[in-house]
Amino acid sequence: MSETLAPTRTPAFEKRLRKRYAAERRFRLAGLGAVLFSVAVLVLLLGTMTINGAGGFQRATLKVPVDFTTVALTVPDGLARAAAMRTLEGQGLPDVVRFAADQALGEDGGAQLGADGWRLVAEQVAENPTLLRGTHEFALPANEDLASAFAGDGKVDLQPLARRLAAEGKLTNDFDPGFLTRSDATDPQQVGIWGALKGSMLTMLITLALAFPIGVLAALYLEEYAPKNRWTDVIEVSINNLAAVPSIIFGLLGLAVFLWMFPNMRSAPLIGGMTLALMTMPVIVIAGRNAIKAVPPSIRDGAMALGASPIQVVFHHVLPLALPGILTGTIIGMARALGETAPLLMIGMRAFVATPPDGLTDPATVLPVQIFLWSDEIDRGFVERTSAAIIVLLLFLLVMNGLAIYLRNRFEKKW
Amino acid sequence: MSPAFLLLLALGLGLAGWLAARARAWSFRRAAGGQRLAALPAYHAWYVALWVVVPVTLFALIWSAIAPQLVLQSVLASPAAADLPAFGMQRDTILGEARNVATGAAAAVFNPAARGLVEPFREAIGRFDLIGLAVTLLIAFLAGAWSFLRIKPEFAARTRVERGVMALLLLASLVAILTTLGIFASLVFETVRFFGMVGPLDFLFGTHWGPDPMSSAANPDPSRYGALPLFWGTIYIGAVIAMLVAIPLGLMSAIYLTQYADPRARKVLKPALEILAGVPTVVYGYFAALTVAPFVRDLAQAVGIANASSESALAAGLVMGVMIIPFVSSMADDSIAAVPQAMRDGSLAMGATTNETIRRVLVPAALPGIVAGVMLAVSRAIGETMIVVMAAGAAANLSANPLEAMTTVTFQIVAMLTGEGSFDHPSTLSAFALGFVLFLVTLALNFIALRVVKRFREAYE
Repeated sequence: MSETLAPTRTPAFEKRLRKRYAAERRFRLAGLGAVLFSVAVLVLLLGTMTINGAGGFQRATLKVPVDFTTVALTVPDGLARAAAMRTLEGQGLPDVVRFAADQALGEDGGAQLGADGWRLVAEQVAENPTLLRGTHEFALPANEDLASAFAGDGKVDLQPLARRLAAEGKLTNDFDPGFLTRSDATDPQQVGIWGALKGSMLTMLITLALAFPIGVLAALYLEEYAPKNRWTDVIEVSINNLAAVPSIIFGLLGLAVFLWMFPNMRSAPLIGGMTLALMTMPVIVIAGRNAIKAVPPSIRDGAMALGASPIQVVFHHVLPLALPGILTGTIIGMARALGETAPLLMIGMRAFVATPPDGLTDPATVLPVQIFLWSDEIDRGFVERTSAAIIVLLLFLLVMNGLAIYLRNRFEKKW
Repeated sequence: MSPAFLLLLALGLGLAGWLAARARAWSFRRAAGGQRLAALPAYHAWYVALWVVVPVTLFALIWSAIAPQLVLQSVLASPAAADLPAFGMQRDTILGEARNVATGAAAAVFNPAARGLVEPFREAIGRFDLIGLAVTLLIAFLAGAWSFLRIKPEFAARTRVERGVMALLLLASLVAILTTLGIFASLVFETVRFFGMVGPLDFLFGTHWGPDPMSSAANPDPSRYGALPLFWGTIYIGAVIAMLVAIPLGLMSAIYLTQYADPRARKVLKPALEILAGVPTVVYGYFAALTVAPFVRDLAQAVGIANASSESALAAGLVMGVMIIPFVSSMADDSIAAVPQAMRDGSLAMGATTNETIRRVLVPAALPGIVAGVMLAVSRAIGETMIVVMAAGAAANLSANPLEAMTTVTFQIVAMLTGEGSFDHPSTLSAFALGFVLFLVTLALNFIALRVVKRFREAYE
C-alpha cells in the first residue's frame, strides 16, 4: 500500500503542499483582517463620538448663592409660571442675581455669568416661592467665554479666573438636562436639541403617513394583481430605479415641485416629510413585495376555494401574514429617512430655528441637519454638543433597528 | 380653514354615511326576514363611505390650494388695498402681516400700512371659509344621497367597493411613475433654462468652475461654468479612492463571512457590518472632518508633504469607502451564494484548498454579480453628499493629488442651492444641470447593473 502512495509524496510535493497551506492561512487571515478592519472603524467611530459627546451633555456651571432675605421679592399666590417670572423680572430679580454673583465670584467672575442666568432662578422661584424666605444656592450656566476658558482654550486672559473659580469649587462641569429640552442658540452653553428632535418627529410622521399606505398598496398591486404587461414593467423599473437614485436628487425634486406648489412653506416639516416619503416609498415597496412573496400560495388557494374574492383573499389573509415583514422593511426605511440630511438641506431646512415647531407648517430643522449646522461652528463647545447630538441620533436609530429585528424574530413565520 | 380640518370633516361625513348605509342594509335584511342580501351590510356601508370621502377629499385638496388665492384677489379688490405699493417685497410683507393678524397668527400689525387690510382679510377669509364649508357639505350630501339611494337588497355593493379598492391600488403604484416623471421633468426643465444661458459644451467640457452668484444674471460668463473639475473630483473620490477601500475589504469580508467564519463568529460580525451600513451619512461626514482629515494631514506632514490641507480628497474618499464596505459585502455575498454548490464541491473534491476554490472557481463564477454590485456601489458613492460636503472642500481642482482639496457634483449642488443667489440666476440653475448629469449617470449604472445581475441569475437557474 505504502509503496503505491510513496512516489506522490516527493519532497517537491511536500514543499508545494506547505506553500499551498500557507497561502490558505494567509488568505483566511486577510479575510479576518478585512472584517476586523470594519469592526475597528465602527468602534473608533462610536468611541470618538462617545468620548466627545459625554462632554456635550454637560455644561460649565457657576455656583451662586442668592440671599433673598435682604431684598423684597414676592410672588403672589396662584400665579402662572410665565406671569410669576414676569413679576419677578419687574421686581428686579436680574439685578439681584447679578449682585449675588458679584458677591460670590468677585467682580470679574460675576461678569462671566450667562446673560440668561436669572431666568433659571426665576423658574425655580416660581416653582417654589418658599425659596424667597432664605438663601439658596443656584447652579447657573457660565457664559461662552468662561466655558471655553475652563475647557482649556478660548481667551487666554480668562484662564486664570477659570482656574481660580474651579479651585474654589464654584465652577464645575455639571450634567445639563436642559440639553434635551432646549432648542438651537448661538451660544453653545445655551443650545439644546429638543427643537430639532421635534422637527424630526413631525417630519417622520408625515413620511410615515404618506409612504406606508402608498408603499403597501403599491406592493400589493404589483405582487398580487398586476397583469404582466408593459405598464407593469414600467412601474417596476421606476420603483427599482427610485430606490437607487441619490437622495440629493429627491431634494431637487422637493425644491422644484413641492416648494413651487407651496412657496411659503420653506423648511416646514410637511415639505420635508413629503420629500422623504418619496424616497422611503420604494424601500417599503421592495420590502413589502418580498414579504408578500413569502406567503405560501396554499393560503391564497385555500381562501379562494372557500369563495373569497381576490380582494378578500389579499386583505383578509395575505396582508395580515405579510405585515410583520412589511413593518420590518418600513422601520428600516424610516430609520434611513431619519438619518437623511442632503434632501432636507435642499428644501431650506438649514435655517437657524430657535423655537421648536408648533405645527407641520412652521419652520423647523431636523436632527441630522442640526448636527450638520453645529459641525460648521468653530467654537470648541459646539464640537462636544455635535457629538452629543450624534449620540442621541444614533440611539434613536438603534431603538428603531432593534424594534425591526425584534419584529422579524418574533412574528416572521418560516413556511 | 385648514386642510386638516377639511380632511377630518371628510372622514367624519364618511363615517356618518357608513353608519347610515349599514343601518339601511340591515333594515333591508330584516324586512326580507333575515334573508341574505347580494352583499354583506358592511360592503354597502363602505360603498357609501367611499362615495362621500373620495369626492370631499378631492375638493378639500383643490380648495385648500385655490382658497388663499381667492382671498388675496378679493382683498386686493377692496378699496383699502388701493394705496399698496405696486410690486415687490414690501407689498408681500404688508399683505403677509395683515393676513397673520387676521388669522390670529400674530397679535398686532407692525406696519401701519397693514392695519387697514386686516379687516378686509378677516372678512374675505370668513366668507371663503363659509363658501368652502357649504360646498363641502353640498358635495357630501349629493354624493352620499345618490349612493345611499342605490342601496337595494340585490345591489352588488361588494364588486363596486372592490373595483374602488383596485383603482386605489393602481393609483398607489402609479406614484412611483409620477415621482420618476417629476424628477425627470423638474431636472430637464431647469437644465434647459440653464443651457439657454450657458452653452452645454462650455458646461460639460470647461475646466474652470467658479460661478459667482452676485454677478449679473443677464449675461453670465460661460467660462466660469466648466464642470469638468467637478466630474473629475466626483469620480476620483467616489469611484477611485472609495472603491480602492471598499472593493478589496468588502469582497474579503464577504468571503470570510460566508466561507470561513464559524456560525457563532458570523452571528456577531455580520450585525457589526450592518450597523456600519446604518450609520447616517452626516455622522460619517463629521467623523471624516473631525478625526480622519486631521489624521491624514498629520500623516502627510510627517512624511514630508508640507502643504497638506485639512480638507482632502483622500479623507473623504477613505470614509466613503468604509461606508460602502457593507454594501459591496452584501452584494458579493449574494452573488457567491448564487453559485451552485456542485461547482464548489467539485473543486474541493479535486483536492483544491478552500482559497483555491474561492479564487479560481467561486469568484470567477460570481464575477458578473460582483461587478454589478460594484457598479451599484459606485453609483451610491458618487451620489453621496454629506461626507464630501463636510470633508472634501470647495476648491474645484483638476488634480490627481489625493491630498488636495477637491469638490464634487453633490457638493456644488448643495453650495449653489443654499447660497444667496436668486432662483433665476445661472449659478442656481447650474445645480439642476449638475443634478441632471448625476441622475443620468446613476440611472445608467443601475440599469446596466440590474441587467447584468438578471442575466447572471438566469445563467445558473
